[in-house]
Amino acid sequence: MNALPYLLEGLKTTLYIFVIAIIAGFILGLILALMRLSPFKILNWIAKAFIDAVRGTPFIVQLFFIYFGLNSLSWVSFDNFTAGIITVAINAGAYFAEIIRAGIESIDKGQAEAARSLGLSSKQTMRYIVLPQAFRRMLPTITNQSIISLKDTSLLSIIGIADLTQQGEIQASATFEAFKIWLTVGIIYFIIIYLLSLLANFLERRFELR
Amino acid sequence: MSIIQVKNLKKKFGDLEVLKDINAEVQEKEVVCVIGPSGSGKSTFLRCLNRLEDITAGQVVINGHNITDRKININKVREEVGMVFQQFNLFPHKTVMENITLSPIKVHGESKSDAEKRAKELLDKVGLSDKAQAYPGQLSGGQKQRVAIARALAMNPKIMLFDEPTSALDPEMVGDVLEVMKQLAIEGMTMVVVTHEMGFAREMGDRVIFMDGGYIVEEDKPNELFGNPKHERTKAFLSKIL
Repeated sequence: MNALPYLLEGLKTTLYIFVIAIIAGFILGLILALMRLSPFKILNWIAKAFIDAVRGTPFIVQLFFIYFGLNSLSWVSFDNFTAGIITVAINAGAYFAEIIRAGIESIDKGQAEAARSLGLSSKQTMRYIVLPQAFRRMLPTITNQSIISLKDTSLLSIIGIADLTQQGEIQASATFEAFKIWLTVGIIYFIIIYLLSLLANFLERRFELR
Repeated sequence: MSIIQVKNLKKKFGDLEVLKDINAEVQEKEVVCVIGPSGSGKSTFLRCLNRLEDITAGQVVINGHNITDRKININKVREEVGMVFQQFNLFPHKTVMENITLSPIKVHGESKSDAEKRAKELLDKVGLSDKAQAYPGQLSGGQKQRVAIARALAMNPKIMLFDEPTSALDPEMVGDVLEVMKQLAIEGMTMVVVTHEMGFAREMGDRVIFMDGGYIVEEDKPNELFGNPKHERTKAFLSKIL
């Protein structure tokens, strides 16, 4: 099929955006989760407001707000790529935040108490004791959210990013083989997502609580 | 000077006053057992000694450090105070060896090899030298608790706090843990032990504190307290359990 190289080119863009956005989203989610758990009310409130705002609005509206809305301000300027990555990242971040918070809270308080009683600081306790255990527990939900984020990237074709979906549209209208093209696009997404869940399964087994 | 000094200690959880007015001292190398009915505040009292519980009012001085002072670095003080929990609280994602060496490496900055050498000695001491590479999930309750004791000892604490260390164990596991604690007491470790093991309190305790309703009702040498209790509440409690 002549269209395949173009589709794979689009896949590259999709994966590029996905990887950057998911890493940024994870860091954002971790920060938001720690803010939610912080004893400082104001941090907790800011994080909660942010999470609620992201979860309470459609992805497309966020994308348009960031790309068209923010970009219309005279002191802001970024391209569609940046806007796309930001939107996927803050979306993933908001959902990750609640997953991470719940994961941290699910770890028995005795774990932190034992660590603190040994003289570890609260930061060290988080880093060496609570987070490693919480992440193992969170892995299935994190995988789910990552898969959703990967699918979300297909919406970025709306603002002209040449991702897999966009390339599908171009090739479908260029070749008049809509059935074949969209079936192929679907299969490519499916394979990537399947590989992602295999990776998650592998990690889960690797980190299984002994 | 006593290594633990507690003056007018009060602890509230919301409106509930769990410790009402606690005054106590522990001398170096002394083994003090704290007994009393559940809800008497004995565990809370113990947890105030390394400030796992915030202290509502009063003063607690540990080895010369006033830990009620908010400016004090509590982590430094905790290095000198080991604690053993009822539920062991071993770190399930780390091996026995890693459980023991984590704090010496991260807090004291010991080298991995030094920390592991010491950990091996401690495992030997608690009779578990063959379990260094095991994960906590592979150990019995009694083994877990002995690892927890070794883990606390790895920081070379001056004081050891035990919060009902045998209460979650199957009866046949209790003896091994008590044996390790006896050895520690004989070696001269300062120990505060919240326990229901009256045999241990009687045999190893230099002093027994009886708590009820957030107060220390009576404290005495074990023979006196068990043989000749002065207060009605002590008598009532002892008659129920002995």
